[in-house]
Amino acid sequence: MGGGLPRKEDPALVTGRANWTDNIQLPGMLHLALLRSPFAHAKVTHLDVSGALDRPGVVAAFTGEDLADEWPGGVPCAAVVTEEQNTPFQAPIVTDEARYMGDVVAVVLATDRYKAQDALESIEVDYEPLGVVVDMESALEEGSPLVHEELGTNECFTFTAGVGNVDELFDKTDDPDDQAAAARAPDVQGEGDTDAAFAKANVVIKERYIQQRLLPTAIEPRATVAFQDPGHNGYVVYSATQVPHLAKIVLSLATGIPENEIRVVAPDVGGGFGSKLNVYREEILALVLAKKLGTPVKFNEDRSENYQATIHGRGQIQDIELAATSEGRILGLRVKLLDDMGAYLQLLTPAISVSGAAMFPGVYTFDAFSIEIKGVFTNLTPTDAYRGAGRPEAAYAIERAVDSLARKLDMDPAEVRRKNFYEPFDEPTETPGGLQYDSMNMQAAMDRLVELADYEGLRREQQQRRENNDPVQLGLGFSTYTEICGLGPSQALAGLGLGGGGWEAANVRMLVTGKVEVATGTSPHGQGHETSWAQIAADALGVTPDDVVVIHGDTAAVPFGRDTYGSRSLAVGGIAVHLACEKVVDKAKKIAAHMLEAAEDDLEFEGGKFSVAGSPDQNVSIQDVAGGAYLGADIPEGMEPTLNENMTFDPPNFTFPFGAHLCVTEVDTETGKAWVRDYYAVDDCGPVINPIIVDGQLHGGLAQGIAQALYEGVIYSEEGNLMTGSMVDYMIPGAPELPNFTLDRTVTPSPSNPLGVKGVGEAGTIGSPPAVMNSIIDALSPLGVKHMDMPALPMRVWNAIQDAQGNAAASGEYDAALGSREADVKQEGRSEEK
Amino acid sequence: MQVKVNGVTYEHEVEPRLLLVHYLREVLNLTGTMVGCNTSNCGACTVLLGEESVKSCTMFAVQADGREITTVQGIAENGDWHPMQTAFHENHALQCGYCTPGMIMASISMLKENPDPSEEEIREALEGNYCRCTGYENIVKAVQQAAGQSA
Repeated sequence: MGGGLPRKEDPALVTGRANWTDNIQLPGMLHLALLRSPFAHAKVTHLDVSGALDRPGVVAAFTGEDLADEWPGGVPCAAVVTEEQNTPFQAPIVTDEARYMGDVVAVVLATDRYKAQDALESIEVDYEPLGVVVDMESALEEGSPLVHEELGTNECFTFTAGVGNVDELFDKTDDPDDQAAAARAPDVQGEGDTDAAFAKANVVIKERYIQQRLLPTAIEPRATVAFQDPGHNGYVVYSATQVPHLAKIVLSLATGIPENEIRVVAPDVGGGFGSKLNVYREEILALVLAKKLGTPVKFNEDRSENYQATIHGRGQIQDIELAATSEGRILGLRVKLLDDMGAYLQLLTPAISVSGAAMFPGVYTFDAFSIEIKGVFTNLTPTDAYRGAGRPEAAYAIERAVDSLARKLDMDPAEVRRKNFYEPFDEPTETPGGLQYDSMNMQAAMDRLVELADYEGLRREQQQRRENNDPVQLGLGFSTYTEICGLGPSQALAGLGLGGGGWEAANVRMLVTGKVEVATGTSPHGQGHETSWAQIAADALGVTPDDVVVIHGDTAAVPFGRDTYGSRSLAVGGIAVHLACEKVVDKAKKIAAHMLEAAEDDLEFEGGKFSVAGSPDQNVSIQDVAGGAYLGADIPEGMEPTLNENMTFDPPNFTFPFGAHLCVTEVDTETGKAWVRDYYAVDDCGPVINPIIVDGQLHGGLAQGIAQALYEGVIYSEEGNLMTGSMVDYMIPGAPELPNFTLDRTVTPSPSNPLGVKGVGEAGTIGSPPAVMNSIIDALSPLGVKHMDMPALPMRVWNAIQDAQGNAAASGEYDAALGSREADVKQEGRSEEK
Repeated sequence: MQVKVNGVTYEHEVEPRLLLVHYLREVLNLTGTMVGCNTSNCGACTVLLGEESVKSCTMFAVQADGREITTVQGIAENGDWHPMQTAFHENHALQCGYCTPGMIMASISMLKENPDPSEEEIREALEGNYCRCTGYENIVKAVQQAAGQSA
């Protein structure tokens, strides 16, 4: 392990021989096309699909009424975050009203995709537009239109958590002269007296940050092919999904088809980023229609459907208050979130913000923390997991606030951070969020970062540009983050309201020829498990990675698993592979002892060979042992033949990768254009199995985080029309928009698993948005800019400069031009420091 | 229409509105070329029409009548990968791999026009091909290697 082995996945992918779901063509296969509501909220007053049936190639057309009996469970949500959570029924095809632009009103099946699409035009439908609610604060106001009339409210849930008396800290220390109240603030260890003189200088940072909605944009759109499997009296569903195992359960719950009659296959999957960590109405429709019509059914969305009907990410309004001493020691944190559910709950919608709740304190230790999250329904596309899923939001808020604290106190942002880091630890340590961080050494990561980036040199360059009034200013932005990964301990997940366990399964078998098959319950879609798992197995079994084939993604071919998301695969699934291999070696050792007529305790295993200690000539290879184990003729009495072991690993704790990032941004103060000149990142994901894959994950994660900070954002009109409905209107960064990355790592093993690994898939996306935004604000702070929301597009940056300089006339022009409701939020969201 | 794809000549009668990418994928079963956006932004469908790269999702099949097309499935010779394929593999320039065929075809086309590009020229030339996994750095390195610029 630890070698940068080029990937086993690549040959099929670089030669065009990959198995994408949309490649599948089957005899009699019909194409499913969906009539989607053009209104964000409307009653369907008239619907007649018969016209579609007259179109060439059309085989069937259905309304929601026609099929209502096919989905007793609706589209299930697996997360219940409070007992009072409102979970509305989501029908795959609506029967009463459409609740977001893209909600499905009717479906057509035809012999090819063009004919199916054509036939949608022949469906007669009348809508009566209803009141629309597109922003969360209005949604909670009395008298607001209701997304779900039957709930009587747009509130989905209110979740609270915390430790210490946070309210007293904030509500009593707002007045800096209230010495008596300030003295009640928690004691600050080793930083002097908590007397009135000290407490008098306490500061409170109070800010509002907007987590704009994002479009996950896996380059492969969703695709599903469902068909009856005549040989097995069941159904096969090929789907571009991250979660074939979860899909098998959810499809069964939704349709009433017994779980053991559904086989789900995730073939090659073209990216997910959380958007394919879901089971969608289109998958349910493909299955029930294949069942009803007795013929294969394919669904393949185009990009505009992907943007309307695949989940969106983020969507939070964050009110954050941070109290600290005048020396920069953090005393407490109070967070209030509004979390945009969209119109329905998808698989994990309410759990995204809640699972990130405990991460707001970040890498800082203090005593008082509270968080309140309100989930809010709007007439918009449902939200759910997008790379990071709750943790980028948390890291962003605390990292922005810590930079504001540094500015307020006129301290170096690196110094403020260092004052509040945990002392390095390698055993589980209690946090203000109520978690047990597994291991951490922020000091080492920070030390390496400032050295790697030549931080002092960069500050000197910045100073020069400031003194020269250079129109292009330099900004330095830190982010020191941790994330919760390795999902997860089943008991802890149940506590978060996430249905199902967090374990992972593996089956490892050494075949009669000595070759190895590893069947894993993880389901990769770009992460390179075929390579990394082969490296883990090769290392444990003393063979080469070329001797190992990794099987994944087919519920009929692998042990039932929990799939791939939340940076869990290595820290849970990879460990299951490792432990299954250890079982194989343990058994092989017994057989080897039998073959060598030696005591098991006298055997050593190295380089794929069992040898007798002290007489290395007496040895047998593990391949020969495997051969013997298969023949079964000469193995210890009572032992089962073959080398074939299963492992289900349920971790004792999560893992908490961490890191220190520094973004170096140049901002043109005359045009407002900001770009990342250099990006330095020192990440600690524990020991590394394959460094090129780890660096690749970081590159991609950083790219998506920088994209949130600088480029991307969903825009809806006030009527709930999606304005960023195609790649023409939504800015995915291309190669010219992104920098090269300067990476290094520290290695702090996790005590949560025997390899000490932590996971890395989301680190870049979590660490980078605050680093970028802090760097832009840092560049512009001499001009008086204290706040900016994402994405920091040129007009927004330019406006912030004009505002700070008192050129009020320019204020808000950009947002007015966009006609965006986000504009109002942004205006209200201006920084307010007390 | 008659078209030569990866060295093989095909004759088909097709609907005038059939997109070239669907002709390749669903009529010829050349599924190495993918659809990502339908608006020629993402470049997953990039193929060579003659020497030039085109987005096959916004071109009709009949517009290729009488022309020669090369897809990612036609660039290896006698089983040996094209240097660009090798460079993508060796530089970990792909993760999920969905954009990769288009990215490789666009890169090959770029090097034909500019055999010795700077990093900036590579980035600019690939602006019509999106990758959501790699952050592009390793793609740039792969193109540099294929161009013989690698250290």
